[in-house]
Amino acid sequence: MSTRVAFLNDLRTLNNDVIKMATILEESIDKMILALTELSAEHATEVIARDDEIDDLERKIEIECILIIAKQQPIATDLRKVSSIMKIITDIERIADHCSDISEYVLELIKKDPMVQPSALVPMVEAMKDMVVQAINSYVAEDVEESKKVREKDDIVDNYFVEIREDLKKRMTEDKKWIPQCVDYLMIIKYLERMGDHATNIAGWMKYIVTGEMEE
Amino acid sequence: MKKMVINKEKEKNTKFDVQNLDLHYGEFQALKNINMEIKENEITAFIGPSGCGKSTFLKTMNRMNDLVKNVKIDGKIYLDKEDIYDNIDVTKLRSRVGMVFQQPNPFPMSIYDNVAYGPRIHGIRKKSQLDEIVEKSLRQAAIWDEVKDRLKKSALGVSGGQQQRICIARTLAVEPEVILMDEPTSALDPISTLKIEDLAVELKKDYTIIIVTHNMQQASRISDKTAFFLNGEVIEYNTTEKIFENPQEKKTEEYITGRFG
Repeated sequence: MSTRVAFLNDLRTLNNDVIKMATILEESIDKMILALTELSAEHATEVIARDDEIDDLERKIEIECILIIAKQQPIATDLRKVSSIMKIITDIERIADHCSDISEYVLELIKKDPMVQPSALVPMVEAMKDMVVQAINSYVAEDVEESKKVREKDDIVDNYFVEIREDLKKRMTEDKKWIPQCVDYLMIIKYLERMGDHATNIAGWMKYIVTGEMEE
Repeated sequence: MKKMVINKEKEKNTKFDVQNLDLHYGEFQALKNINMEIKENEITAFIGPSGCGKSTFLKTMNRMNDLVKNVKIDGKIYLDKEDIYDNIDVTKLRSRVGMVFQQPNPFPMSIYDNVAYGPRIHGIRKKSQLDEIVEKSLRQAAIWDEVKDRLKKSALGVSGGQQQRICIARTLAVEPEVILMDEPTSALDPISTLKIEDLAVELKKDYTIIIVTHNMQQASRISDKTAFFLNGEVIEYNTTEKIFENPQEKKTEEYITGRFG
């Protein structure tokens, strides 16, 4: 006979809520990418509006974790899972925040003279999205191998950041009229780079759940 | 079976060294090839389901099992490098290795006489010396302030939690080196339980403590090392942090997370 039925139900609900939060995040990332690559006000506004949904879920999951700790005193894998979820949802929420931040800059860019986007922007966005999706997949599948790939990809995103920054620096030096747009893009790529870092964090917590080993 | 020794703790002396210990009750094998080192001035907790052998193992450490019929013990248990099953004075062993039981079991006599009982048996008669031992023991057991004005009253007239601390004081009065605790708080309310736990942590500075408990949180709160027993075997023995954060054996994980059975 299986024991701790209520506890296992609580853990299942918790896990489902994390997956739900991650699913909304993936949708927001997709919309943010459309907003950014097409400079679409409609998509940007939608991303900003949806940020509250993620914030509410984060709060709900936090409370679920606290109640599980208080009422069920999880240990071993359960403890690692509940404590890691409290960290993971912070990273998910921050990534979602950055989607919203980037969308705000998209709305700013739309008001300005159109500038040709840095050529590495699309590859950077795609690499970042891959990292987030892989981090989330590794969580859902409890797959440590998948989580390792996320860490490896962080360097790719970081390299794109440097490449685009240099591109923007050059444009600003060559023609001052692009400075306002370039400043917006600089902020945007910084957010993209940070999103990659948060995905790496999620992968690190995933590894801790499965192996009990923390990332350096 | 590979000997279960926890490294990194070289600075602490080994109090008990158990080697290839088997114990049979008649045909039934209650302990199977136990190998374990227990360190001095630490709290070591034994956990596991009922009937797994943890209490049986505890009782081998001061030869309480000698009193059980048809018991057969093979292997070695060294206390400070001395084999306790090799022709030693059992009374002396039990004064070195005291025991506290599940149910508080004060003798039907005054609090003072309960604590003075052991020292008297060991030949101490001088009242001033007994007074000193009684006060010191009751203080160490964190019960002095609660009973100092009624030392001559019956030990049966105080609460269960107080009775258990009096029993601990009685154990301390003969100045043991090791205290075995067999589910010492299972009959107590939560506050009394926490008092005994605080006391155990305080006492480990001067004594080696081995505790059998069904309360996993208790093991995680107070012990330095934890051994998980199942069907007479030690499945896993490690630092308490490791056992409760990241156990290495699936059976340990299943038991402590309640997915057992």
